[in-house]
Formats: sequence, structure tokens, C-alpha cells
Amino acid sequence: MEKRVVFRSRWLPIALLAPQLAITIIFFFWPAGQALLQSLLQQDPFGINVEFVGFENFRQLFNDPLYLASFRVTAVFSVLVAAFGLTISLLLAVFADRALRGAGVYKTLLIWPYAVAHAVAAVLWLFLFNPTLGIVAHWIKGYGIAWDPLLNGGDALTLVVVAAVWNQISYNFLFFLAGLQSIPKSLIEAAAIDGAGPGRRFWTIVFPLLSPTTFFLLVVNIVYAFFNTFAIIDAATGGGPGQATEILVYKVYKDGFKALDLGSSAAQSVILMMIVIGLTVLQFKWIERKVQY
Amino acid sequence: MERANPSPPPGVRAPWSARLRALLRAGRGRRDGMVENRLWLDVLTHAVLIAGVAIVAFPVYVTFVASTITAEEVLAAPMPLVPGPHLVENYKEAWLHGAGNSAAPVREMMFNSLVTALVIAIGKIAISLISAFAIVYFRFPLRMFFFWMIFVTLMLPVEVRILPTYEVVSDLRMIDTYTGLTLPLIASATATFLFRQFFLTIPDELAEAARIDGAGPMRFFWDVVVPMSKASMAALFVIQFIYGWNQYLWPLIVTTKEDYYTVVIGIKRMIAGGGEASVEWHLVMATAMMAMLPPALVVILMQKWFVKGLVDTEK
Repeated sequence: MEKRVVFRSRWLPIALLAPQLAITIIFFFWPAGQALLQSLLQQDPFGINVEFVGFENFRQLFNDPLYLASFRVTAVFSVLVAAFGLTISLLLAVFADRALRGAGVYKTLLIWPYAVAHAVAAVLWLFLFNPTLGIVAHWIKGYGIAWDPLLNGGDALTLVVVAAVWNQISYNFLFFLAGLQSIPKSLIEAAAIDGAGPGRRFWTIVFPLLSPTTFFLLVVNIVYAFFNTFAIIDAATGGGPGQATEILVYKVYKDGFKALDLGSSAAQSVILMMIVIGLTVLQFKWIERKVQY
Repeated sequence: MERANPSPPPGVRAPWSARLRALLRAGRGRRDGMVENRLWLDVLTHAVLIAGVAIVAFPVYVTFVASTITAEEVLAAPMPLVPGPHLVENYKEAWLHGAGNSAAPVREMMFNSLVTALVIAIGKIAISLISAFAIVYFRFPLRMFFFWMIFVTLMLPVEVRILPTYEVVSDLRMIDTYTGLTLPLIASATATFLFRQFFLTIPDELAEAARIDGAGPMRFFWDVVVPMSKASMAALFVIQFIYGWNQYLWPLIVTTKEDYYTVVIGIKRMIAGGGEASVEWHLVMATAMMAMLPPALVVILMQKWFVKGLVDTEK
């Protein structure tokens, strides 16, 4: 879609675009270019010796058991975050859609966690799950289950998954609720008249009609788990214990800033960029589908 | 999807019509929009929702309780689950002096967070508004190229280009400055798209009338475009304010001095290092409560704009 009526000026549009373009070039394209370049170079931490090595950094990464382990951790983490995040929020949205009285109040009471910073969410759950003073940890131990996210990798992963899901529920909930409210009531009534019970109606009508929303949220949640949960990991576990919660974005940061391995960090950046591009394309596929609906 | 067929072909008696009539007769007491009225389902609905609300609120409740008791009471496992009498002194202590290993007072960190969030939110809105105006209301060489350039930034989140971006900011001597904290985060593809979509719905007659009246593009921008975009701006402001307030990775690497810590970074510094025992949890929790308050208030008080902003930016 384009405007029929436009203004004429040579310099004005460029001047209006200049601030955005300047920031884009200086803080996005230039660093991304640097990452691409550095991924092909190897240098010592002091930047004295620089050598062109081709795809050596990538080859090393994919032969590095630690990097492959980080891939695995990221995969497990994002599957858990997406699965729990989507299931819990869908459940709440279905019931909120059904509750005629108090629906607005429930909505308000369920959306505010969106406002809590990821790092703050991590600290809250860290406090609850703290092996010595956390109240939830106390309850878990009361059931005779050993619990220590500072020493046990599985416990640490549980902690970050819970914090990440808690932070993301409100977002999923809002989109599911909007999706549910756009399903024509007549369809559901027709099924009820044909004798379908609530469970049957959900699985044969509501769930299929909700699939575009679900697909969209699935992609959004995976992007979230991959990239936006850095703060949760850093504040709650610092990637530990060992590498148990070291997701890819945390490893880029750690290798770049703590280990000063520039070539490897840059190569990891490039791999992550390709993942983002793939996920963005997927997301836009969803938009195309939505247009046809 | 099948269309509703109001009248069955002659001679064919729709199998549902009898049941429908029976249901209509029986269903007088039904509430509007509800398919059936089963008591147990209503009870279940509210039970699930109340449980959901309680579980979601639980961590914040415990945080609140921890912020009202003494350090010793926090350390007694299990800690009490009823608020204590030390609310005022804990909050005052954190507000004026900070806590634990970070000596920065919450007062100063909240100020830094506020500046960061406001500059990012207003900056994003301002530069996206003028970019979208240029792209929609002008024809010039490389117009679509620039548009795609802005689009591609969606695929370059700060997490994936973190080290080279840090190097740029460091070369520009922006470490430990408000400029360094905010400027690199101000570009926004989503806001530009949102305004572009909105401008395309402004009737052409308005621009035509402005041109006939001899008004230049900037006059049209200020008198027509800006007032009409207020709803989009409000929605974006809510989302971007929360985004700015809650930033973590970027402030973490571009601030080294406590003077520039935002409150989110401050909380992390309060619990990091120095070992378990030195963490003053009652003060950390008071800080967490204060850090959550401004964005939570924005969401609750501006709920309508918040929902609009979330939904619009994902279109």
C-alpha cells in the first residue's frame, strides 16, 4: 500500500530518516559487520597478533564439547519454557474466557508480571529456591527431596525455567485470551447443541481455531528463551553449576567478556544471528497465514 | 469454514432443529454467551483462576514479607509468611544507603532507571515517528532500501552482537554516560512499522488539503500527523517504558561506576559476590519491591494502552 499524495523535497526525508539510520549503522550494522569479520580472524587477548583463519573458529566451535553442550542446554531450556509457558497460560486463558463475572479483574491480576524485569524475577525465585533460607526449598526438602540449585544442575535448570515461565505467562495469556475471544460464539453454541461437551468442544473447535495464535506464541517463546532470558541466567545461576544452565547467549557473553576469546565469541554471534534470522522468517510466515484467515 | 444455513432444503428436516427448539425452551435461565450452565464448571473456572492468580502473586508476596522483617528473621528457615513491623526502616535504609556489596542508594539507582526508561521510550517514539513520516509521505531514491535497513535491525538483537557493540560504545567514550546507556537502544524497527501502518490509514484528503492550503510537510506533520498519532504513541510509550526500565544486559556492560547503575543492575550487584552470608536479603527485597513498582503501576494504570501496545507491536 502506498500514498497517492506525497510531499516533494530532496533533503527533508533524508534529514528525517537520519537519526534512525545513524543509530542503525553505528550500533547495529557496524558491530554486526565486525562480528562477521572477527569470526574469520584469530587474535590473542591483547589484540597484538591478528591472523585470518577462514572458518577455523566455526570448525573449532562445532568440535568443542562445551559449545555443543550449550546448544543442548539451550534446546532443553527453550522447549521447557515454551511448553510450560504455553500450557499454563492457555489453561488460564480458557478459564478467563469462560468466566463472565470478574474476567476483567482476573485479567488485571494476571498481566502485571510482564512488568517485572527478568533479573528481578530471577532474584525473586532465587530467594524462594535458596537451599538455606528459601521457603519453597524448605517445602521441597520437607518432602524428603534433595534440593540445591547451587550444586545440582537439574535443580538450577528448574529454577531458571520456573523464573522464565513466570515472567512470560502474562504475555502468552493476553494473546491466548484475545485469540479465544475472536472465535465466533455461534460455532461453540452449534457444537453444544449437537451434544459436544466442554472438553470435546475445546479439542475439536477451539484448539484448531486457535492454532495461528499458538504457532505465533510458540515462535515468540522460543525467541524469548533463546535471547531474552540472559538476565534470568546471569542473575539466578551465572550459567552454573558447571555449564548446566549456560545457554548460547550466556556463552557468547562469557567467552567475549570474561574469557576474552574474541574469535570464538564472534563466531558464536554469527551463529546466533543465523538463528534469529531463521526465527524471524518463521514469524513472518505466521503473519502471511494470518492475512489469509 | 462453513456458512450458516438458515433454512434446510424443503422436505429435509434438519436433525438439529428439534433439539434446538427443545434447548431454547429449556434454556430460559441461561446466561448470555454461556453455552451451558453447569455449576461445577463455574466453580472449577473460578477455582483455577484464583489458584493461578495466587501462584503468580506468591513470589511477590514473599518478597514483600521479606522486606518488612529483620535480617535475622529472613535467615530463620522457614521465614515467617506474615508481614512484620520493619517496613518503613527497611525501605528507608535501602532508599538512602542501598544494601550489601553495592553501596549505591536505591534513590540514585531509581533516578538512573527513570532517566534511562524515559529517554529510551521518548527517543524511540520520536525517531520512529519521523522516520515513518519520511517513508510514507515522500518519494526519494533508496526509500525502500532504507526501510529494509531499519527492518533488518529486528534480526540483530543486542545479545548477538554484544561484544562488537560494546567496542563501538567504548571507542566513542560513552561508557558510564547516560548517552551510552540509552542511545544505542533507541533505534526501533517495531515502532517505525507501527507508525507506518498507522500513517497509511490517514486519509489522503488531509494531505491533499494541506498541500492546497500551501502548508509544508512539517506543518502537516505537526498539525495533523502528530495529533492523530496520540493513541499509538501512548501504547508504544507504555511498552517502551517497561522495556527501558527493565534493561539488563546493556546497562550491565556499559556501566562500571555505581553512579550509573540502574536499579535492576543494582539488585544483581547486591546479591553478587561476597558470599551467601553477606547478602542483606531484607534490604534486597525492599529494593526489588521498589524496582517493580513503577513498571507495574504503568501496566495496571494504563492497562488499555498496554494491551494495545503489545498487540500492535506484534502485527
